[in-house]
Amino acid sequence: MSTVRVPAPPATSRRILRDPEAGPARSRPAVGPTIVLLVGALYCLFPVAWVLIAASKSTAQLFHSFTLSPSTSLFGNIGDLSSYEGGIYWRWMANTALYAGVGALLSAGLSGLTGYTLAKYRFRGRSTIFNILLAGVLVPGITLAIPQYLLLAKVGITDSYLSVLLPSIISPYGIYLSRIYAAAAVPDSLIEAARTDGASELRIFGSVAVPSMLPGLVTVFLFQFVAIWNNFLLPFIMLSDDRKFPLTVGLYTMLNQGNTTPALYTLVVTGVLLAIIPLVALFLSLQRYWRIDLFSGAVKG
Amino acid sequence: MSSAVTAGGRARRRTAPTRVPYAFLTPAVIFFVLFLLLPIGYTVYLSLRREHVSGLGLGAGARKEIFVGLANYRAALHDSELWRSAGRVLVYGGLLVPTMLALALLFALLLDVPRTRWRRFSRVAIFLPYAVPAVIASLLWGFLYLPSVSPIQWVLEKVGVHDVDLLSSTTIYFSLANIALWGGVGFNMIVMYTALRAVPREIYESARIDGASEVQIALRIKIPLITPALIMTGVFSTIATLQVFSEPTTLRPLTNSLSTTWTPLMKIYQDAFARDDIYSAAATSIVLAGITLVFSFGFLRLLQARAFGQER
Repeated sequence: MSTVRVPAPPATSRRILRDPEAGPARSRPAVGPTIVLLVGALYCLFPVAWVLIAASKSTAQLFHSFTLSPSTSLFGNIGDLSSYEGGIYWRWMANTALYAGVGALLSAGLSGLTGYTLAKYRFRGRSTIFNILLAGVLVPGITLAIPQYLLLAKVGITDSYLSVLLPSIISPYGIYLSRIYAAAAVPDSLIEAARTDGASELRIFGSVAVPSMLPGLVTVFLFQFVAIWNNFLLPFIMLSDDRKFPLTVGLYTMLNQGNTTPALYTLVVTGVLLAIIPLVALFLSLQRYWRIDLFSGAVKG
Repeated sequence: MSSAVTAGGRARRRTAPTRVPYAFLTPAVIFFVLFLLLPIGYTVYLSLRREHVSGLGLGAGARKEIFVGLANYRAALHDSELWRSAGRVLVYGGLLVPTMLALALLFALLLDVPRTRWRRFSRVAIFLPYAVPAVIASLLWGFLYLPSVSPIQWVLEKVGVHDVDLLSSTTIYFSLANIALWGGVGFNMIVMYTALRAVPREIYESARIDGASEVQIALRIKIPLITPALIMTGVFSTIATLQVFSEPTTLRPLTNSLSTTWTPLMKIYQDAFARDDIYSAAATSIVLAGITLVFSFGFLRLLQARAFGQER
C-alpha cells in the first residue's frame, strides 16, 4: 500500500521535464515493447483459438484435416457431449459451479468476518490467533488432501459434496487479505456510530463492515474460486461417484477412456472449450479486482 | 437522551464487547482445526505407525497398528524412487521457475513503459490462462502436443524438423514446464506490475533528467524497488512446483513417458491409494511438507533481509 504520498510537482515543471506520460512524447509509440507484449498475448491466446477450431471438427476431421482449418461440427459435438452418459457433462458443470461458487462464497464470508474481527477488536490472544492462522499460508495446501481424505474417511463422509466443499472453506491467505482490507477500509467512526445507535455487533458487521470491505471480499472470492476450481487432487481423492465430479475430474476420466475410444477425444476437446467460456467471462467481467499486491495485500480497485 | 440511560445499558454498548470477538472467530478456528491442524496431526500420527500382521494375518486381531517410531521416515528417505521423482521435479522446476519469473518480469516492465501500445489488451490476454485450471490447461496442451492433431508438429514439419516427439521422456520436461508457464506467467506478471504501479512516478523523473535510458531505469531503479514482489512470486512458484501433480497426471493417458510416480506427490498418491500403504504415504507427505516449509521460510528470510536490511 502506498501510504507515502509524494506531492506531484507543479504543472509548469512537469511540462519542462517532459513527463513521458503526457505531452508530445506520448505520440511516439514504443514499438519494441508493444511487439514483445503482443507476442506474449498471442502465445497465451493461441491454445484457446486452437481449441475453438478443434471443437468445430468431427472426430475424423480432428485427426485427419489440417489442424488450423475450422469445420462445421461444433453444434453436433455439443449435442454429442450433452448426450454423453445422459448429459453428465452438464452435471459436472453444475457441480463445479457449486464447489467453486458456494465454496468461494463461504470462504470469502468466513475470511471477511475473521479478518474484520482481527482488525477491529482488541482482545486477549488476538495476535497469537492471527499468527497461528497466518502460519497456515505456509502449509502446502495440496499435501493436505490425503490426510483430509483419511480423516473424512474415518467420519464416513467421503464421496459426498461436503467432502469437497468443507476443506475448501478455510483460507489463511483470504483471512490475511481481509484483515488488511478491513483495517484500511472500515472506518472506526462508523462502527462507533452504529454502536451508539444500539446496533448489534453482528449487524454492524453486516451493514457497516461488509459494504466497506466489498471490493476486497470480491478479490478473496476470486482467489478462492480459482483455487478450488484448480484443486484437482482433492475431488480426485474424495469422490468415486462420477455424478458428483467437478469438470476437471470428469474430463480427466473421459480422456483416460479416450485411449480406447478416439471419439471421446472430440468430446473432450468440446468439453474443454465449454469449460473455458464461463470462466473467461467471469474473469473478464471482474477483471478490475485482480490488481493484487501480494506483499502488502493491498487491492487497488 | 437522559444520563441515567447512558450510564446504564447504553454505556456498556459503546465500548467494544469482550466476548463478541471470540464468538466471531469461532467458525474460523473450528475450520482451521478440523481441516488443517487435525489432518496434519493425524498424518504425523500415522507416519509413526505401521500395520503389523501376526501369523498368517487371518482372524480378528491378527492385523493391528503398532508404533514403529521413525521407521517409515527411514524407509521413505531410502526409497530411491522418491529421490528420482524429486530429481525430476528439480529439473522441471529448474526449467520452469526462472523462465516464468523472467518472462513475467519482462512483461511487467514493458507494461510499465508509458509509450507501449495495446497495453490493456496484452495484459488481459497474458493473464487470461490463469483462469484455466491446470487439468484443463494440460488437456489443451496435451492435444497440441499429440502428433496426429498438433499444429506445433505441423509447423515443425514445414520448417523441416521431422519426427519430434513432444511427449518423449526428455521433451516431456519442456512440455510440462510450458503448460505451467502458460498458466502462471500472467499471474506473476500482474503481481509485479501492481508493485511497479505503486512506485511514485516522480522517482524516475530525476533519473530521466540525468539522461538515463528506460532500460537503465528498469535495471537500476525498478527491479531493485520491486524485489519483495519478485521474492514473493518466487516463493509461490517454488511451492507450487514442489507440489506438481495435476499436469503430469493429466498427460499420462497421452504418453508412456510419465510413470505413476513421476513427481513426489504422485508417488505419495500411489503409496496411499494404489499400494494401500497410508503409513509410508503419511511419512513421505511430512517429508515433502517439511521441505516445502524450509523453502518458504528460507525465501521469507531472504525477503526480510532484502526488504528491511537496506533500511538500517
